[in-house]
Amino acid sequence: MKSHTLSVLVENRAGVLSRVAGMFSRRGFNIESLAVGPCEEPNMSRITIVVNGDDGVVEQVMKQTNKLIDVIKVSDLTKRESVERELALIKVAAEGGPARAEILQIADIFRAQVVDVGSKTLVLQVTGDTEKIDALEKLLRQYGIKELVRTGKIALLRGAKTVKSSK
Amino acid sequence: MKTGARTLIEALQREGVDTIFGYPGGVVLPIYDELYDSSIRHILVRHEQAAAHAADGYARASGRVGVCLATSGPGACNLVTGIATAYMDSIPIVALTGQVPTALLGNDAFQESDITGITMPVTKHNYLVKNAGEIDRVVQEAFYIARTGRPGPVLVDLPKDVSTGAAQEGRPVPETVSLRGYQPTYQGHVRQIDKALDLIATAERPLVYAGGGVVLSEASAELLQFIETAAIPVTTTLMGLGAVPGDHPLNLGMLGMHGTQSANYAVTECDLLIAIGARFDDRVTGKIDTFAPNAAIIHIDIDPAEIGKNKKVDVPIVGDVKAVLQALLSRMQKRGDTANWVARVGSWKTQYPLYYRNDDRLRPQYVVEQLSDILKGEGIIVSEVGQNQMWTALYYCFKKPRTWITSGGLGTMGYGFPAAIGAHYARPDMPVIDIAGDGSFQMNIQELGTVAQYDIPVKVVILNNMYLGMVRQWQELFYDRRYSYTELPPVDFVKIANAYGVEGLRVEEKADVREALKTALATDGPFVLDFRVEREENVFPMVPAGAAINEMIGVRQP
Repeated sequence: MKSHTLSVLVENRAGVLSRVAGMFSRRGFNIESLAVGPCEEPNMSRITIVVNGDDGVVEQVMKQTNKLIDVIKVSDLTKRESVERELALIKVAAEGGPARAEILQIADIFRAQVVDVGSKTLVLQVTGDTEKIDALEKLLRQYGIKELVRTGKIALLRGAKTVKSSK
Repeated sequence: MKTGARTLIEALQREGVDTIFGYPGGVVLPIYDELYDSSIRHILVRHEQAAAHAADGYARASGRVGVCLATSGPGACNLVTGIATAYMDSIPIVALTGQVPTALLGNDAFQESDITGITMPVTKHNYLVKNAGEIDRVVQEAFYIARTGRPGPVLVDLPKDVSTGAAQEGRPVPETVSLRGYQPTYQGHVRQIDKALDLIATAERPLVYAGGGVVLSEASAELLQFIETAAIPVTTTLMGLGAVPGDHPLNLGMLGMHGTQSANYAVTECDLLIAIGARFDDRVTGKIDTFAPNAAIIHIDIDPAEIGKNKKVDVPIVGDVKAVLQALLSRMQKRGDTANWVARVGSWKTQYPLYYRNDDRLRPQYVVEQLSDILKGEGIIVSEVGQNQMWTALYYCFKKPRTWITSGGLGTMGYGFPAAIGAHYARPDMPVIDIAGDGSFQMNIQELGTVAQYDIPVKVVILNNMYLGMVRQWQELFYDRRYSYTELPPVDFVKIANAYGVEGLRVEEKADVREALKTALATDGPFVLDFRVEREENVFPMVPAGAAINEMIGVRQP
């Protein structure tokens, strides 16, 4: 079992996300994360899906996704050189002076930004690969994480290569 | 002003639609008003489920796209079983549904249901049309998607204000459809085809396993030429019956859970399995690990997702079955030496024929055999689901494709009678017979009203055992004969038929079977035959669930 990052180019139409997500759930494929948004083509969106499974399962995932009429292209980025990023916002308890200083130090090391300062909390924004965000979360847990939200992974191929509609 | 409804009817006419099976309701009133004086024939069914099945039967019998129409909410929901049935068997239908006006969408309005959401898992694609200007394009795409590639059902949901709204006039309809997300592969890859031919040239015990894809692709002639040229025996799935004549010397009959002994033994012994338009369904393979354990596998299918889904494949060929078979035939230089193998499987056929006790009792297998003998392949046989379906599959000799119409994948009881209605409109030149059980027939028995109203000459052959027979068979074999809720009280089907104005006859003696069948077939209109058969007859051979397919029960052991 291994995580695969799939880049899925779809028509930017109502219901596309539910077609993709519905197909995953009814066929029992596990989604670790899913991120969707507009892309370089005006009428398309790009969905980045992280799925867990052995090679046979991932092959089925890709073929079944490709069968959806509104899906234009599916690529497995795991097998190729790619940049993968995720963004998280973490609201951490920071009431006492020493804790606050420590948190700011950790944030600095992780190149996280403080995007909100309250009297009792700090909100950190961090970007990076999944492991980095996991590591930061683990370190901050001792101070008390009040809320946390992650975008899910997004990814692009390195270099000049692109995942584009070949049609 | 040209309305959306008018635009819809014209778009359907451009697609060559001659018949629609439907049921009116509030939000489809504008469409029905256009149908009133349209050249398209509309058949009023008695339940929307029957409209979907009839469209499906029409499609299976003709190879063209079947069309059904229902109103929003309950009407649309009643189509769902029929759409799912078509989806599982890759049948091209277009289902048109009315919807509440766009302004009320999502409002829990009267008779509103999210039918595009509901049918997403059971359609190849679906559309919610938001304005009348889209109708031309959507209808054209819907028919294109339904009939091309791996065929399947497409649903088009039309809100009432879209039907009444003004469509833009004068915009030309494009001649061809081009969808960047949908480009099926029709030609097989030449390198894969040559690899397949290498395996075929060296195989000693090759076997073709042909499925419904052969029928959908209109590839029967090519398949026949292929097996004869390469001297390879063939077994077909339930959906593939008729793709090769049932009495062809190389045809071993159906394989799988109720397959013939020779077919199931051949699968187990073959060294090369050539799957053509088939999908390694669990009812075919039994225990998957022991399916074709000694064989290299070539898999030809238009849907890449079917290849490698259930079984590892050595040579995948994605493409249209007909095109790939043509390529195989044109590139074949050498065939394997299969003489010994052909002789061996041939001897299994004589050694292990289908068997039932042919005594003086009225047994269901006998009814099917007699019908087969009378029609000699010149008829369209539709079945319900259960024992009636399996006895027909085993004991009726199908000679041509599209003469066998059955719900294979979904196994929908109540499918046969309405599907037979659809088949009649596709092939009015052919006698259409629905072979039913008393359970299945009662699931859509209301369609007696439809056949009576339009004098549709469908003959219903009920193999009446007053049980839900297949479930009873499992209870007998695996649940200590604890017949939990599978017994049905006797029903006077003749009286019911008569009440609708349909002729009927009850048959209780074996000696009367042939005459009764002939009487029904000679009658111009619909006819219901109620055969009171042996109640606890079983379908054999049978592979128990989870067993290997050569481990059959109810057979003479080798």
